[in-house]
Amino acid sequence: MATMRPKTTGSVEKRLIGLADLVVQAAERGKDPTIDIPVRALSNVKFNESRGIIEMGGNRQARSFFNVGMAKKFMQTMLVADALSELQRAGLTTSLREIYYRAKHTIQDSHENTFDGQNESDPLIEDLEVTLAALREELHVRAENAGTVIGPLVVVDDGDRVDCAKLGKGGYSVPSIVEPEYLRIKSCTADFILLIEKGTQWNRLAEDKFWRKYNCILLTGNGQPPRGVRRLARRLHEEMRLPVYVLVDNDPWGYYIYSVVKQGSINLAFESQRMAIPKAKFMGLSSTDPEKYGLPRNVGIKLNEKDIDRAKEILNYQWFQKKEWQKEIRHMLSVGLKYELDALANKDFQFLTNKYLPRKLKDRDWLD
Amino acid sequence: MKPKAQPKPAAKLKPSQPAKPAAAVPDGKDQAAPVKRPPAPRASGLTAVEMGARQREISVSEFFTKNRHLLGFDNPRKALLTCVKEAVDNALDACEEAGILPEVVVKVSVVPTGGTTPPLSQATRFKVTVVDYGPGIVREQIPRIFAKLLYGSKFHRLRMSRGQQGIGISAAGMYGQLTTGKPVQIISRTSEKTQAHYFEVQVNTKTNEPRILEKKQIDWENHRGTQVTIELEGRYQKGRASVDEYIELTAIANPHVKLHYHAPDGDVKVYSRIYDELPAPPREIKPHPYGIEFGIMLKMLHDTKSHWLSGFLAGDFSRVSPRVAEEICAKAELSLKMRPRDIVGHDAEKLYKAIQATKIMAPPTNCISPIGEKAILAGLYKQIKGDFYTAVTRSPAVYRGNPFIIEAGIAFGKGPQQAAPEVQKKPLAEGERHGDHEDELARVIRYANRVPLLYQQAACATYQAAVETAWRNYGVSQSKGAPPAGPMVVFIHMASVWVPFTSESKEAIADYDEIRKEIKLALQECGRRLGVFLKRKERAKSEFHRRNIFELYISEVADACKRLKGGKLAAEKLKTQLCKIAMSRTGGQKTDEILGHQGGPEGLPDSIIVTAEGVEGDVPVLAEEPAAPAPTSPEAPSPQTARPAVEPPQAAAPQLELPLPAPRRPSGSTRAAGKKGRPPAKKARPSMKAAKRRR
Repeated sequence: MATMRPKTTGSVEKRLIGLADLVVQAAERGKDPTIDIPVRALSNVKFNESRGIIEMGGNRQARSFFNVGMAKKFMQTMLVADALSELQRAGLTTSLREIYYRAKHTIQDSHENTFDGQNESDPLIEDLEVTLAALREELHVRAENAGTVIGPLVVVDDGDRVDCAKLGKGGYSVPSIVEPEYLRIKSCTADFILLIEKGTQWNRLAEDKFWRKYNCILLTGNGQPPRGVRRLARRLHEEMRLPVYVLVDNDPWGYYIYSVVKQGSINLAFESQRMAIPKAKFMGLSSTDPEKYGLPRNVGIKLNEKDIDRAKEILNYQWFQKKEWQKEIRHMLSVGLKYELDALANKDFQFLTNKYLPRKLKDRDWLD
Repeated sequence: MKPKAQPKPAAKLKPSQPAKPAAAVPDGKDQAAPVKRPPAPRASGLTAVEMGARQREISVSEFFTKNRHLLGFDNPRKALLTCVKEAVDNALDACEEAGILPEVVVKVSVVPTGGTTPPLSQATRFKVTVVDYGPGIVREQIPRIFAKLLYGSKFHRLRMSRGQQGIGISAAGMYGQLTTGKPVQIISRTSEKTQAHYFEVQVNTKTNEPRILEKKQIDWENHRGTQVTIELEGRYQKGRASVDEYIELTAIANPHVKLHYHAPDGDVKVYSRIYDELPAPPREIKPHPYGIEFGIMLKMLHDTKSHWLSGFLAGDFSRVSPRVAEEICAKAELSLKMRPRDIVGHDAEKLYKAIQATKIMAPPTNCISPIGEKAILAGLYKQIKGDFYTAVTRSPAVYRGNPFIIEAGIAFGKGPQQAAPEVQKKPLAEGERHGDHEDELARVIRYANRVPLLYQQAACATYQAAVETAWRNYGVSQSKGAPPAGPMVVFIHMASVWVPFTSESKEAIADYDEIRKEIKLALQECGRRLGVFLKRKERAKSEFHRRNIFELYISEVADACKRLKGGKLAAEKLKTQLCKIAMSRTGGQKTDEILGHQGGPEGLPDSIIVTAEGVEGDVPVLAEEPAAPAPTSPEAPSPQTARPAVEPPQAAAPQLELPLPAPRRPSGSTRAAGKKGRPPAKKARPSMKAAKRRR
């Protein structure tokens, strides 16, 4: 656990204690203790077109104790709240898994465990985030450091100055909490940010010093970018006014990664306003790229049923209704193939660095 | 001449012709040989005369000596069981026929061999003694009953009884004689006023005649009854199909019997009487025309005392009225006034066809005495621990012209005491699960005319019916081709004037469609009731479970709240408040009632539900203890019993003052008198009828 600056009873802790008060008050009135939790689902998100982000709707679901289906979840929610408030008091941060272990025990006089797996406690933390309108960072829960950054950027992390241009080809591991209190952006001379889905391509570009030639910041989140990466990109975008370009595989999942970066995720829609980068651009791979760049058909992969279903879902998302996007997705479906970024290596190992990206940047060939 | 429903050979073994016992089974085999086989063409061939010199009659005893497996003496363990079984069956039949509530003492002990008593598991020689306090046997009949095969009162009549053939006890004696050389010892006394007779008899296997080795009058402490002692080679082992199981199962299906069992290991078990009424005495009936076989009809035509065909039909069959007889004759185009003896050949065939083509009422059923739902319940309840009991007695049905009644019962559950054997609690790690309940299969206990069937389960119609019944419809799991799974005992009883066994050793009931159908119907009714019970219990349990999980989580929630509040919270108060809400939200007292004793088996006829709090339903009160209050008789019930006399043989003293019936006499009057004599005599008849009530 990392130590954090000790705080006085913060507002987050107060909100956690509020849950206990809720139970006590309900019990005194002979009522069923009930927590109203905003619904985290597609049905409860709205796409705010003027802001270009996904916002959470007002739907709430009641989690009450005296309901057979919810009793255990209610109890677990209280246990998680208890563990979170403990973190607040001690001024520590921890991981989702440690919270699971902290709250796990066998219920007195029974064989039953409070939690049978981490998959039971993780959603409850998200529930509390949305219910208490507290960010995960504010709850002192961090994710693994799953992102890397390299480029002309200097930050101060825990008092240490980190020059991301002088970290070889390994780069700087983006911490999960990058709020200004913890990470200060000292200087940044880059012209744009390139957010890459996969570590392989990030490594290729870092090795080829692409960032130096084109004066950019290379970011990767190894798949769906974690909060730290998204938040850092957002801060650089906002504070340094850098445009953000996203480079992902050409498949439905790639499209969705791009949309999460741009408009925010459905699951944590309430965080969009702090995470989303509505002006982010989709650099590739586009379903039209294979033709443009002469990728042979045989490096494509046939779309499976899951891919097709997901693509059709995405087609219906409000934030994919732009003409170009409908065209892009339908084109992929009509070809029936998906392409990985790695497939570019079929032409040449450095095809990405020397041909693909330069041409894209030169032609300003991206989707919005 | 009594009518017979069984094959002809039997007739030759009538008691009136003791001198010429015919070979019952291999009949015809020998005579056929010379006709069919031409003089052997081989060098060593024999002439017909030479062969004829070798041909001779085979006595039934010789036949069964060689084929003892047919009678259930195929291995030592089974032999011991068969011996006990035959003796007990005989004792019970005799008592019931005489209208005496049976009390039977069974004693099995190891016989020392070579001067030393081997350990029980090694022992090979046993002595089986069975004592009853029944009517006794008249002196002249003793040797033949115990030392002559196919001698008895039960074969030539259509009436329900345990024994059917008159082979059992004499075969057991013969087996003993064969393996140990010891004779059968019998003591019998018919009343207090007469002396007891002691006999030692053996079967002369050549002639199937008794050989009396010893006979004398002795003093016997019992006022009345019979004692049989057989020494035989055997093997004693507990478990499935053991003597112990036989005794236990007998006690279940015969709750009106008191059984003392002295096991060879020294254990004494007393199965007390829990049902104080004798089963209604079954009546003898005449054969039903539908069940008759052609050859038997010919023989009946020949033997009848009627002069006219119409008289024969109406008089020698059941359910044939003069009008039906007319109808048959008209169909057969035979005169009503034909002499039955003259009907042969083509006419006989026409008559037989006409009979089968005429609509005739089903046979009467007072020849069968079912155990009754109440008595089955009592038996199951007494001997098997469970949560739920039910019993069904079907209406009579007919197979091959023989009426029969199917009864079924279920004992389900492990009983409240054993319900939750608390396993040692240990916290479960991720991925671990609580061990599933072991999938034990239901135990099917089978009876024919109140006698437990212990061998050849899979070949038995009862077991097949139990397997075929779709138990899943009733909330019981069952895999294909297997009996239902779960803590469950399935009781099936077939009562009939003639139970169709698959072999002489009476181990399995033959699979007639009519029988199997009836069994399934009975099981389905039991299953439906079980389903109702299970559903009801499930419902209450889920309510209970609800409150239980709330109670489980309440302290977790309260403690979490207390910690959230930094310890500044009266957690106990919060818990109490929450518990109160839980109670009001889950049906409160009502759940307790459904789960607990108030539930009652309403809507569940002839069922008992047992819970930790108590028992609901028509529970058989152990009528027995008050039924025999003062030990009026000075003697202990059995001479062998070393333990303090708990009670005298059922009401022995008052009954002894009454004139006792001859063993085989119709017993109605005696019974009435006997009943009167017993102190708290319950109204036997009406409730017996109640037990027989049909739905």
